[in-house]
Amino acid sequence: MDLYEFLITPAEATRLHGPHDRIVMSSRVRLARNLKNAAFPGWAKKPERIKIMETIRPAVEGLPEMKDAFSEAMDNLGALEKQILVERHLISREHAAKSSGSALVLNREETFCVMINEEDHLRMQALRPGLQLREAWSAIDKFDSALEKKLDYAFNNDLGYLTACPTNLGTGIRVSAMLHLPGLVLAEQINPIIQSVNKLGLAVRGLYGEGTEALGNVFQVSNQMTLGETETTIVERLDKVLLQIIEHEENARQTLLEKKPKVVFNHIGRAYGILANAHSISSKETMNLLSLMRLGVDLGLFPEVNRSLVDELFIVTQPAHLQKQFSDKLSAEERDLLRSDMVRDRLKNVSRPNVKLPKPEN
Amino acid sequence: MQCSVCKEKPATVFLTHIENDKMHKVNLCEDCAKKKGVDNPTTFSLADADLLLGLGAAQEVAQTAGGVDLKCPRCGFSQADFKKTGRLGCPECYQVFAEGLAGLLKTMHKGTRHTGKSPEALRQSRDAAERLKLLNKKLAKAIESEDFELAAKVRDELKALVSPAAAPARK
Repeated sequence: MDLYEFLITPAEATRLHGPHDRIVMSSRVRLARNLKNAAFPGWAKKPERIKIMETIRPAVEGLPEMKDAFSEAMDNLGALEKQILVERHLISREHAAKSSGSALVLNREETFCVMINEEDHLRMQALRPGLQLREAWSAIDKFDSALEKKLDYAFNNDLGYLTACPTNLGTGIRVSAMLHLPGLVLAEQINPIIQSVNKLGLAVRGLYGEGTEALGNVFQVSNQMTLGETETTIVERLDKVLLQIIEHEENARQTLLEKKPKVVFNHIGRAYGILANAHSISSKETMNLLSLMRLGVDLGLFPEVNRSLVDELFIVTQPAHLQKQFSDKLSAEERDLLRSDMVRDRLKNVSRPNVKLPKPEN
Repeated sequence: MQCSVCKEKPATVFLTHIENDKMHKVNLCEDCAKKKGVDNPTTFSLADADLLLGLGAAQEVAQTAGGVDLKCPRCGFSQADFKKTGRLGCPECYQVFAEGLAGLLKTMHKGTRHTGKSPEALRQSRDAAERLKLLNKKLAKAIESEDFELAAKVRDELKALVSPAAAPARK
């Protein structure tokens, strides 16, 4: 099956909406599971990994949620295809590095994505637009309950679900949301927020997860502890914290507009100026400036622009998406030229930010 | 937060390295992270965090002085492998390395006992075992207090639980 034909187009993907999606770009709940009597993927030899994959893959494919799914062994996917999946946040960078003995099963709607033989035998995730942690948890809970009837999970009464890394032990759950927080960054309030979130035992990471920087003011917030609490407790705590972060972000935006409107207009105006006129632009600069444009849309400075235009550019200007559209033999410099052409073209009908009407859009 | 190597620029890369039951945190700025080759987590081994700050040497000695390196009989994974990767070899390893893991789990998690979801089949058999224990206790108490009417009732309940077909199994 052709991955590019299967995937939802960036334009369609950015038209999906969820609660609070002005700030929360997406929600995700992931469960880690392993089979009894088999070595974890990092320690198993290739024949054993293949055997494990051949046990798990049909079981996953057979679930009603996975009807007409895209299912492929990782060694049948090219480097570019894998990178596209990473840029769409469907698989981890670690999984993209796998080949023989690992696989991916993704449903039509891209709401369920299962990585087979990543760090654990099974990493299943439910994805939702906006803030929908409870919905994502209940979806993946049901998915997991159906799968446990077909697979023999490694489980221990005291330690719960056994995982390759002790940090995932117990529930094997990671609940996370991707947040766009330009207001808190501009107001220089982001660091104290990150610190207080860390104190609650939650992790704050960059755009592509562990060990990455917060490109485009996008942050991922997730739980770190998995043992000693129920899944619901973890989901509820994260939900509560996220609602508070949303409130802080909205307040920061409001305060900036009231106290330092010139600073805000300057940032957004310059972002628009560069994006609409540059003839060479890196992926990193593009993301950071698109973030400011997105803020401008939220604040009503671009009345005729829909947020999905900015969100779509966010996806399609990433390196692998650009290579897919043009050629995978492009150098970074050539990509910067093509990227700027694409952005200029998409913004050619967008008027300069309208700073006379700083009426926030709701 | 400042970079712990150059102590100048703000840290953007945060490494958490857990070894035995000690947690080491290393915070690096982008430049230092690149210099140390940790800007790409997919190629960076956790064990390298030691080299960054010169940690771990003392623990290495203590470990080897202890003598034999514990190995999992099921998959052959050793304590040294765990030190190197921070991952275990197979589900069985949790039993084999239980002693060393106990302290580690305490520092990592909210608790040391799982309280969340469990597989349905297991949940049922666990509930049954739980009920069996309860009924046995009730039976003993009834006999002790010479309440034979209650004892007979509890005995019937127990029988039904052991063989749900309710076939009166007699010794």
